[in-house]
Amino acid sequence: MSNPPSAGPPLLAIEDLRVDYGAVRAVHGVSLHVAAGEVVALLGANGAGKSTILRTISGLLRPRAGQVQLDGAPIHRLAPARIVRLGIAHSPEGRRVFGNLTVAENLRLGATSRTDRDKVPADRERMYNLFPILRERMHQVAGTLSGGEQQMLALARALMAGPRLLLLDEPSLGIAPLIVRSIFATLGELKRQGTTMLLVEQNINVALGLADRAYVLRTGEVSLTGTAAELRDNYERVAEAYLGARQ
Amino acid sequence: MSGAVRLLAALIGLAVLAAAAIYAPAVLDDYMVRVLIVMCINAVLVSSLALGNGFTGVFSIGHVGFVAVGAYVSGILALPLEAKASLLPDLPSWLASWYIGFLPSTIAGGLVCVALAFAVGAPLMRLSGHFVSVATLGFLVIVNVVLINADDFTRGARTFTGIPMQTTLPWALGWLVVTLVVLARIVYAPTGRAYRAVREDTIAAQAIGLDVLPTRLSAFVLGAFFAGVGGSLYGHYLGSFSPKSFYLQYTFLLVSMLVIGGMGSLTGSIVGVIAVTLLSELLRNLERGMDIGPITVPPLYGAAQIVLGIIFIFFMIFRPSGALGDRELRLGWLLGRRNSSERT
Amino acid sequence: MSPGLYIAQQIINGVSLGSLYALVAIGLSLVFGILRMTNFAHGDMMMVGAFAALTIGAAGVPFEWSLLGGIAIGALTGVIVERVAYRPVRGAADVTLLLTSLAVTYILENLGILLFTSSPHDFPIPEWLDSSYEFSDGQITFTQVNVLTVVLTGISLSLLGWFVTRTDMGLGMRAAAEDMQAANLVGLDVNKLIVIAFALASGFAGLAGVLWAAQAGVVEPSMGFTPLLKAFVAAIIGGFGSIAGALLGGYLLGALEVFIVAFLPSELSPYRDALVFSLLIAFLLFRPNGLLRTSREVKL
Repeated sequence: MSNPPSAGPPLLAIEDLRVDYGAVRAVHGVSLHVAAGEVVALLGANGAGKSTILRTISGLLRPRAGQVQLDGAPIHRLAPARIVRLGIAHSPEGRRVFGNLTVAENLRLGATSRTDRDKVPADRERMYNLFPILRERMHQVAGTLSGGEQQMLALARALMAGPRLLLLDEPSLGIAPLIVRSIFATLGELKRQGTTMLLVEQNINVALGLADRAYVLRTGEVSLTGTAAELRDNYERVAEAYLGARQ
Repeated sequence: MSGAVRLLAALIGLAVLAAAAIYAPAVLDDYMVRVLIVMCINAVLVSSLALGNGFTGVFSIGHVGFVAVGAYVSGILALPLEAKASLLPDLPSWLASWYIGFLPSTIAGGLVCVALAFAVGAPLMRLSGHFVSVATLGFLVIVNVVLINADDFTRGARTFTGIPMQTTLPWALGWLVVTLVVLARIVYAPTGRAYRAVREDTIAAQAIGLDVLPTRLSAFVLGAFFAGVGGSLYGHYLGSFSPKSFYLQYTFLLVSMLVIGGMGSLTGSIVGVIAVTLLSELLRNLERGMDIGPITVPPLYGAAQIVLGIIFIFFMIFRPSGALGDRELRLGWLLGRRNSSERT
Repeated sequence: MSPGLYIAQQIINGVSLGSLYALVAIGLSLVFGILRMTNFAHGDMMMVGAFAALTIGAAGVPFEWSLLGGIAIGALTGVIVERVAYRPVRGAADVTLLLTSLAVTYILENLGILLFTSSPHDFPIPEWLDSSYEFSDGQITFTQVNVLTVVLTGISLSLLGWFVTRTDMGLGMRAAAEDMQAANLVGLDVNKLIVIAFALASGFAGLAGVLWAAQAGVVEPSMGFTPLLKAFVAAIIGGFGSIAGALLGGYLLGALEVFIVAFLPSELSPYRDALVFSLLIAFLLFRPNGLLRTSREVKL
């Protein structure tokens, strides 16, 4: 496990996080960190607690115990809108674009939290260049887009917040393989430009292709962690960590 | 408890109640007796409201519509013939010459409500959530409009009067016991479990083979019967009323009794009735105005209702399922069953 | 009277009535859209607005200003009710929300009785408003209040239309109505949006209340109930939660009511409200999503 190179605290640090969903313990005792410029993948089967962690980071859920820190300052008691303003944007599972609004209006709302309004037009232009199809569909109501296009819009909407950390929840879910490849190519481009990401994925191959490091979760706990390269060379252990075949 | 012991206990309980009801007027003053009668009638109405609203989870706010129908139907039937001729001269002849007493007219009021509830419920019980509430409120308004406009039968918006004031404490208490026994038998039998299954999870209930519509409809119809009975009792208690007597104020009063007591509980209904009645009687005195030392407080009309409304909201915030929620007080032996041991 | 003129007169009546229904229905839909809440207390904002205007007017303030006062106090009451009663139960079961609003109705109406007694009060209108227009030898007439109603409704609805399509806040309100969590995730302050929705809805209701009182000539604590129920019908006809649907439903309902009274046998007229609610029930059963609502199904 690589430690952040600089002496300061990592961009995002989670310590001993415990989250309940009603009576169900979804996450118990997860610690992880993401350094600036890094892409970290959270892998695991359905119900392992991946989405719960992202939703807790964004403030949609309150942890029962543990901490979420951004730049060393705790954020786990803040409201979601406040957390977005601090620089964490979340592209949620299932895309969740605003189907009654147009593509342009969705992007506009993505930037609603920004204080540097003068940079918004340039960022919008950047989004349309990253996803040219969105420019074509600019005035179309988002509900009429295809699944892949909606995923691109969800990504672009999150990026319009100008985030320091991008949370991605299953961007490949329910999307044709060809489009998945194209979306991950774009994510790779974003990574080269220095965007920090925490990526939740069930598709191990594409996730490890993009990420620097990964954590594997099983039933709410970290069961394996390492660099993407290490895990790529050791699928057997990943599968084991996924399903708990032998332990 | 064995069956025989339970039966004996129930009989003793009933005997005590009957004795209390008969001798109470001798001991208590008139005011207390009147309060007790109204409480019994309201308990009939609230527990029958609980059947649909609490146990099957279809929140109707049209119950008072049935109460009104029960009151008017039994009123028309039980009006002495001379009074009928002078008060309702335009009645069709078959009705004008027909007179039946208190008990038959009460049952008739209930049965007319059953028929009406079938007709109204068959479509409405398909709805749920907000929509059934809005639609049943629509039903209440329709009943009100019809009562006001069906002059020949109801004297329209004018006071309907001349009904023999026959609802004594034994009658009211008797009907309350009948209501509670019938409802308890239903609610804490397999039918009742079906009701709650439908309330908790419509889809799961369907998956285990429960038909949602008949389940909800049966509760709605039975509730309507007792609403009609309660309406007749109320009419025979007041002697005179108008469509205004059975509208929003009364609706809110009954709903607040239901919600404060606990929607999924018959004893909760009683608790709610007692609590809200005591509170209203207390506040009513306050409302009349009074002197506190040198200060004269003027009459505050509406203050009692405001306090009730605020208490209601506190319940919504802190205890939305009411004082008892789904639990029953352990008075179950009175009804011949140990209700409290059953939980959803 | 020629049939053409008669019909023209009925259209004028329908538009005037429909404007009021639309104003009230839009408020219901705004709040339902964002909170999934059936707000029974909405009609009482009409009563609050009308009594506020009456009280301000009684102090010698010109009608224009007391009208504005009615709108402002209606809006303020809505915001206070949201903060005090609705926010604490937000996210609770449907029935809890609905009952809370029922209790708020009860409190507000009895507050009206406490302050103003339950009997109707005269609602004076200034001379310039108390006139009417006559055409074709009096075969077509409408009052200045009718004109004011239609004009003010037009202005308010245009402002609302601008707000929900051109401003971040308005777009955000529509976004939150569609997906509250996703709205949270883009950094919209949902509490603020809800407060604005209540302020707008209640302000519209306040305006409708003043106009209603100006037409009827009286105000009373229970005046909001019937229009509220009509607004429910209008909102459900159009598609509950949809602003455009509420607008359409309001005018359709206004037209329908005028039609019932004008063209059906006169024995049916007193049953107008009963017919309207039968229509509501029919819509709930056969077209619960209303005429316009397409994007999301109402769960039954």
